[in-house]
Amino acid sequence: MSNNHTPGAAITLVGCAKTFADGTRALEPLDLAIAPGETLVLLGPSGCGKTTTLRIIAGLESPDAGGKVLFDGADVTRLPIEKRNVGMVFQSYALFPNMSVVENVAYGLRVRGVAKAERLARAGEVLEMMRIDALADRRIDQLSGGQRQRVALARALAVRPRVILLDEPLTALDAALREHLRAEIDGLLRRLAITAIYVTHDQAEALALGDRIVVMRHGAIAQIGTPREIYFRPADDFVAGFVGVTNRLEGAVRGGRFETAAGALAVEAADRAAATLAFRPETAQLCVAAGSGLRFRVDQVHFQGARQRVLLSAADGSRIVLEAAAEVVLSAGDEVGIALDPSRIALV
Amino acid sequence: MQRSPLVFALQLLVTLLAAAFLVVPALTSILAGLTVNYFQGVRSGLTLDWVAQVWGLYAPTILRSIVLALGTLAVTLVIGVPAAWALARKPGRMSRLVEEVVTLPVAIPGLALALALILAYGGIREFRASILFILVGHVLYTLPFMLRSVMAVLAAVDVRTLEEGAASLGASPWQRFIQVVVPNARPGILAGALMVVTLSIGEFNLTWMLHTPLTQTLPVGLADSYASMRLEIASAYTLVFFIMIVPLLIAIQMMGGERAAKTRK
Amino acid sequence: MTGPSAPPDRSLINTTHSQPFLPPAEAKAMPSADRLARLFLLPLGLFVLAFFLLPMVRLVAVAGAGPNGAWEYLALITNARHFGTLIATLVLSAATTAVTLAIGVVVALFLGRNRFPGQSALVAMLTLPLAFPGVVVGFMVILLAGRQGLIGGLTQQMGMGRLVFAYSMAGLLAGYVYFSLPRVLVTLLAAVEKLDPALEEAARSLGASRAQVLRDVILPGIAPSLMASGAIAFATAMGAFGTAFTLATRIDVLAMTIYTEFTLNANFASAAALSIALGLITWGVLAATRNLSGDRVAAAG
Repeated sequence: MSNNHTPGAAITLVGCAKTFADGTRALEPLDLAIAPGETLVLLGPSGCGKTTTLRIIAGLESPDAGGKVLFDGADVTRLPIEKRNVGMVFQSYALFPNMSVVENVAYGLRVRGVAKAERLARAGEVLEMMRIDALADRRIDQLSGGQRQRVALARALAVRPRVILLDEPLTALDAALREHLRAEIDGLLRRLAITAIYVTHDQAEALALGDRIVVMRHGAIAQIGTPREIYFRPADDFVAGFVGVTNRLEGAVRGGRFETAAGALAVEAADRAAATLAFRPETAQLCVAAGSGLRFRVDQVHFQGARQRVLLSAADGSRIVLEAAAEVVLSAGDEVGIALDPSRIALV
Repeated sequence: MQRSPLVFALQLLVTLLAAAFLVVPALTSILAGLTVNYFQGVRSGLTLDWVAQVWGLYAPTILRSIVLALGTLAVTLVIGVPAAWALARKPGRMSRLVEEVVTLPVAIPGLALALALILAYGGIREFRASILFILVGHVLYTLPFMLRSVMAVLAAVDVRTLEEGAASLGASPWQRFIQVVVPNARPGILAGALMVVTLSIGEFNLTWMLHTPLTQTLPVGLADSYASMRLEIASAYTLVFFIMIVPLLIAIQMMGGERAAKTRK
Repeated sequence: MTGPSAPPDRSLINTTHSQPFLPPAEAKAMPSADRLARLFLLPLGLFVLAFFLLPMVRLVAVAGAGPNGAWEYLALITNARHFGTLIATLVLSAATTAVTLAIGVVVALFLGRNRFPGQSALVAMLTLPLAFPGVVVGFMVILLAGRQGLIGGLTQQMGMGRLVFAYSMAGLLAGYVYFSLPRVLVTLLAAVEKLDPALEEAARSLGASRAQVLRDVILPGIAPSLMASGAIAFATAMGAFGTAFTLATRIDVLAMTIYTEFTLNANFASAAALSIALGLITWGVLAATRNLSGDRVAAAG
């Protein structure tokens, strides 16, 4: 398929800050390098600057003086969006209600002056690739949410952009459809080897889609890394808390042991008067209380089918969550111990 | 968003010219009504004499217009609010048809309505000579605004479900109307009331045809003063009209005046 | 088989089952609410019947009862003077609609897509004259373009002589635009603000220029509001009486012709027939565009 040959652009942001007219600082000066063909996910809570970053790359916002946007090394900072050859997918899809599906998809070719026969043929190819060619003549209001999402993607891809920008493209869909389309987008981006920048506040989407994830907070980068790095080695409390559920135990390190109200655990760390032990629910194993250094009491048990989620509290009342196999029979008030894999804990 | 400064400047210019076109004559008229001699300009001094003369000449028209507006409001409330509920609770072809017919007087020039009323009832002398004749015209013309305003709010707050809730607690239809429907329709009733009063005070098309020398209203007096009085008096009279109508217009604007569309000259 | 009477066994089942399962209060509440609703519609119905429908019938009867009989209805076309007035009124109304919409689109796009200090004051100024009656609007035009008008003063100072156009077709046009602009603006502004800004951004991301965005996205997006507010502007201009009464003492527009036929010539049949024709035109324009724009709105989801 001809669309596969679009080479992805390398994108570089240098010192891009954004201050809005009312004085709001949306983005601190930001440097970012995106490799050709890479899928980069911008992840963070609302107001963290991820959408502003995307809009600066798109050309919908210009960075404050001094900031630069480079596509394949060429400065495009002053180039408006219509000249940048980007594909963009909006949260609301922004499909033109006055045009049919195929007219929407062919619109970018139409404004580029591509002859009607050719642009319809090319739009048809993209629709086929997205497996929505049967919908070509439908009106937009006749489409379901998932179909609209595919049309929006098809429209952005039809112009063979150098980069595709996706602004929370799955947020408007229900959970089941979201998961399905996420897999589909993932497959598509990998097949096309196009540079993609994907904005979301959903950590599951970010972990599943990203080659790299940029976690943002208060207009600045909190951490950049592969999904595994972000998940298992979060740089700070914010990243750890935002990406997945994290358990935290307060305590101190003395003589190679982390001491907390629940007991003690051997760690490889220098002595510290105040330390926090962080670990994911699924990295801890339940074991009998007697044989464990860390002891808890069962507060609640939420049966979830294959697994169960267990809420525990330590002697000082600090709480943790962990996941256990469904076969283990537990009830509130039971005394249990936990075992931790030393390679999957973080001491901060 | 990056935009072209030239386009921005042109748009700003058109916007400012449009605003000036609408506002400058109104300000001029206010000033003229307070100036000793308009042709000499403000240098001739400011005075309230013209306003006082207007009061002497036209006070009855002003009072009559207020009475008429309040009377129109009362009738549209009594007829319109219950009917709006009745039409809104069963949205179907029948209620659409009723709404359509009731709304027709807005789509037909006031002149035609007035002619029809005169030809039908002009012979009943007592009625023809009374203010009630004008009241009927004003109600005919303003009723659709009350109906639509209330129906829009009833649809927006899903009053059907509220009513079912009240019914499940044992409230009778009448109790539900008084205790559930009317309180929840209040924003619509208020917006409709403001519109009715504003339109009634300013109504000219019907009123000019329906009035007699003894039932002149404010706009009728205005037309008379524009034709026969000196500019300062006409302006002072217009000023009095503005003082009555501008607070109403501002109130409508604050209530989200979009629903105020579809008036006729 | 499909006759009005159901098989006896089915109706038996229905009655025996529905009685015990329906709570008695609920079963009785709805019919009595229906009764109340009918009662509430009665005053409205009587009022509309007595003061709208009957007079309208009377109007139609009078129009056909003149010396020309039913031919009177065609006077608008057969009578050369009336026909000329009709054409003049149509042209004037079309011009009013075009000018108002043109200004309205520019201003609505400007106010709807920019944020600046003083904006709400500007919007208030532009929409405040929303319910100024036609007579007052006529006076505003006199102050602008009358013999002592502001525009005349300006042109005289610029050495071009006093420009006075209040009492001409141009004056009427100015008055009708003055009357319609605020309500057209309110409608268009709401439409522009409702238009998803992402639509424009999407078109631009696909390479569309400013003019293409306007043509392909913005104007189609606000088309229903353009149609609706244009129709209102046209219909009000067709039937406008107050402004014409103040300004058009020497111009023939339909409303003035009806008025003179009725009051000065006492030609009731002619006045009635012209009124009916005028009413049909204004109602027709409004109804047609409302249905049209209604469909468009449905199409836009």
